[in-house]
Amino acid sequence: MRIGVPREIYAGEKRVATTPDVATQLIKMGFELAIESGAGAAASFSDTAYKTAGCTVTASADEIWSSSDIILKVRGPDDGEAARLKAGQTLISFLWPAQNPELLQQLTEQGVTALAMDSIPRISRAQKMDALSSMANIAGYRAIVEAAQHFGRFFTGQITAAGKVPPAKVLVIGAGVAGLAAIGTAKSMGAIVRSFDTRPEVKEQIESMDAEFLMLDFEDEDGSGEGGYAKVMSEEFIKAEMALFAEQARDVDIIITTALIPGKPAPRLITAKMVESMKDGSVVVDLAAEQGGNCELTEADKVIRHNGVTLIGYTDLPSRLATQSSQLYATNLRHLLADMTPAKDGQIVVDMEDEVIRGATVCKDGETTWPPPAPKLSAAPRKVEPVSASTPKVEETRRSVFGPIVGMVIAGLALLGMGAVSPPSFMAHFTVFVLACFIGYMVIWNVKAALHTPLMSVTNAISSIIIIGALLQISSGIELITWIAAGTVLIASINIVGGFAVTHRMLEMFRK
Amino acid sequence: MNIDGIISASYIVATILFILALGGLSDQETARRGNWYGISGMLIALIATMLGVITQNYTILFAALVVGGSIGLLAARRVKMTQMPELVAILHSLVGAAAVAVGFANFMDPNSHLVGVELTVHDIETYIGILIGAVTFSGSVIAFGKLSGRIGGQPLTLPGRHWLNLLLLIAAIWFARDFVLASAAGGGMLPLLIMTVIALLFGMHMVLAIGGADMPVVVSMLNSYSGWAAAATGFMLNNDLLIVTGALVGSSGAILSYIMCRAMNRKFFAVIAGGFGTGGGSTAATSEQQGEVIPIDAEATAALLKNAGEVMIIPGYGMAVAQAQHVVYEIVKELRAEGVNVRFGIHPVAGRMPGHMNVLLAEAKVPYDIVFEMDEVNEDFPKVDVSVVIGANDIVNPSALTDLDGPIGGMPVLECWKSKTTIVLKRSMATGYAGVQNPLFFEDNTRMLFGDAKDTLDAVFKAL
Repeated sequence: MRIGVPREIYAGEKRVATTPDVATQLIKMGFELAIESGAGAAASFSDTAYKTAGCTVTASADEIWSSSDIILKVRGPDDGEAARLKAGQTLISFLWPAQNPELLQQLTEQGVTALAMDSIPRISRAQKMDALSSMANIAGYRAIVEAAQHFGRFFTGQITAAGKVPPAKVLVIGAGVAGLAAIGTAKSMGAIVRSFDTRPEVKEQIESMDAEFLMLDFEDEDGSGEGGYAKVMSEEFIKAEMALFAEQARDVDIIITTALIPGKPAPRLITAKMVESMKDGSVVVDLAAEQGGNCELTEADKVIRHNGVTLIGYTDLPSRLATQSSQLYATNLRHLLADMTPAKDGQIVVDMEDEVIRGATVCKDGETTWPPPAPKLSAAPRKVEPVSASTPKVEETRRSVFGPIVGMVIAGLALLGMGAVSPPSFMAHFTVFVLACFIGYMVIWNVKAALHTPLMSVTNAISSIIIIGALLQISSGIELITWIAAGTVLIASINIVGGFAVTHRMLEMFRK
Repeated sequence: MNIDGIISASYIVATILFILALGGLSDQETARRGNWYGISGMLIALIATMLGVITQNYTILFAALVVGGSIGLLAARRVKMTQMPELVAILHSLVGAAAVAVGFANFMDPNSHLVGVELTVHDIETYIGILIGAVTFSGSVIAFGKLSGRIGGQPLTLPGRHWLNLLLLIAAIWFARDFVLASAAGGGMLPLLIMTVIALLFGMHMVLAIGGADMPVVVSMLNSYSGWAAAATGFMLNNDLLIVTGALVGSSGAILSYIMCRAMNRKFFAVIAGGFGTGGGSTAATSEQQGEVIPIDAEATAALLKNAGEVMIIPGYGMAVAQAQHVVYEIVKELRAEGVNVRFGIHPVAGRMPGHMNVLLAEAKVPYDIVFEMDEVNEDFPKVDVSVVIGANDIVNPSALTDLDGPIGGMPVLECWKSKTTIVLKRSMATGYAGVQNPLFFEDNTRMLFGDAKDTLDAVFKAL
């Protein structure tokens, strides 16, 4: 089948839907590839590079649109482009079917099969084609770069000969893919990074990036919605949240907002008053500008200054890193195409049984297939772990306080009873014995596990002190006793010499 | 000159030196000095006693000392490090035998003139000294037989063995009463002999019933008994040096036994009662194979090790059997030279004796600062690229943590399955001493390297 990649005509769009590297791999899968001349120029991929990779480079966009079976694009088609599509063709690009119902209807009516990259379900298997994540990652990175561009200071703290430079403080609101990318970038530039998110499960992720998770002093309310996205929170929660942001705004130098709720306008998190309370020279980057903005003052696609604070509302952050985003997007497309071409023969199959392809396909053979049935698996299985983790605790038995006390009382009584009937000399020896047991107890606990064998051989050697018993008897006048004693001396001396010698041998071997 | 005073003073010095000797073992650096403290303490005690109380029979005494000493020295020089457990066991039996002999000799000594309560107490002391000595002796002999492979490692489980033990105990108490009464009347030899036989049988039966995997507990328990035997003898002879030394050794062995039991999450009495590894239906149910194992060859192992950043080696009894510790260290040296961080993780009950693995690695000249205890390394496993399990099984069994009702349930284990790859060296798919199948072998990231540990490791070393 023939794949066509037209030049993106949307104003300012620099990305391209395939790169020479990806093209090579697509050709290996059995596809023919045609690309409009200059399509990759803005992303620094030359026509020559595509040619070398085996693509047909053609100057005519008409030819691409009319002769291709599959059209790969970044942005959804505008009215003119959509009109060029015809039945039997397959379009793969970002489509945002919820926001563009007319486009969806038009494509359906024209009999086009359309796959929306933004509708790929968020399941583990589909991560490799998740273009939203790849773009969000880039947007997060670029947000920090943009902020750095407009921020008049270092990110990192330094002590220089010319004085001390404090590190910049960055607040990242919303720790999704973009938020985490922003955290990582800011952190690697040396800034102090704090982050807030309504979903408690991302706390760990934030902390794993070495950033500080801002806790909300609030009854725990889980902000995780379906598919790993956030949901709308209660009024009280938002109030507490706003108080936190107001407090942070006075302290931080840079705010990156990435809060989005699927299918809803972006939540208003940073008010004009908070912006006004920020220090002069501070920067706010609003990644939600396209959906209305998290900050009251941001204007989409513009950089404005308000009361000494720079507010950045770019909506084309991935396009501003066109080479990188084209590479990742093209690879996402390639993975999707690879899944759709099981036979590797250049023939795609739109398998509606496949959960991923089903999710992405918004219209097929004159029928609208959007929205898809709910995904079977949530990105983050919640509330399963805490339950299982808390069960063993319940079984923990409470130790009786009386057990040891009863034991001690019995032992004490036994001791008293023994003292009552024993001769004083025995009690004297017994005192020594008990004290020696305690000394042994104290000393032995300090012995390293590695030295347990030498400990045994040395205790074995010194327990042969029993030889003294034999020595006391050897001089007795009775021959039998003398000989028994001699035998005892013999075996005990084996033990003494053997024990010490083998201990010595072992200890000699232990070395650093 | 007050000879008794000088002897007592020497005994105090010896006691202190013995305590210092044990205290010195808290660290490798001070351990050698500790051993010298022990030797000096022993010499001081011996010389003081000889000068103080020996009046005749010097020839016999010195002959016995020289012959015994030479045998001991020879044994200590000749023994292989892998045979350490056997040597320790047989040395314990000698202490037991000595305690029995001293007890009998003391009983036969007509020079004692005790009467009344003092005589009764003395008789009981004698009786207990001989009892513990005899149990230590026969138990150690059996342990020696088991450790050296002369007697099978399988636990001997006589029907109603707990009742048998109880019966022997009651008999021992009965004859104690007999003995005390007879002794007051001037006799008592017969009950003493009968009790000695009972104690010998008891010691044999006790150790026979204990399985091979519990040997570390048995060895340390016998170590403890030998101490108590010495302490009981000290009571009998009214000798504080013996009492103190015996108590030190006794508590040392008891603590070791406790540490070993804790390392296996077993109750001390459960070990002593024996019969481990012969569990009922639940064992049989879990011991079936649970999936596919993925074998690996020596070359692939070498490549894996070479490309790893962090390697953890977990030795077990299999390494001791195959005498593989030297080639292990050769491999370690090679890997460390290439910048791979190789460490050893030692489980407290790996091998047949407390600290067995440490001694073997020390023999191979592995520096002890790369040898770690289980608790020190268990948290590091997620960072480890390759774990190499050499002839160990139960101590790396994940089911100890998951199947709490299983025979090894709740036993702390080295969590090597958390590392990126685990290579298990094993002779076959046989189960460990606990008779439990090891799910580790069926993990996706586990590779099995079958064969004799020494031969396969030689091959790995060559491939490196």
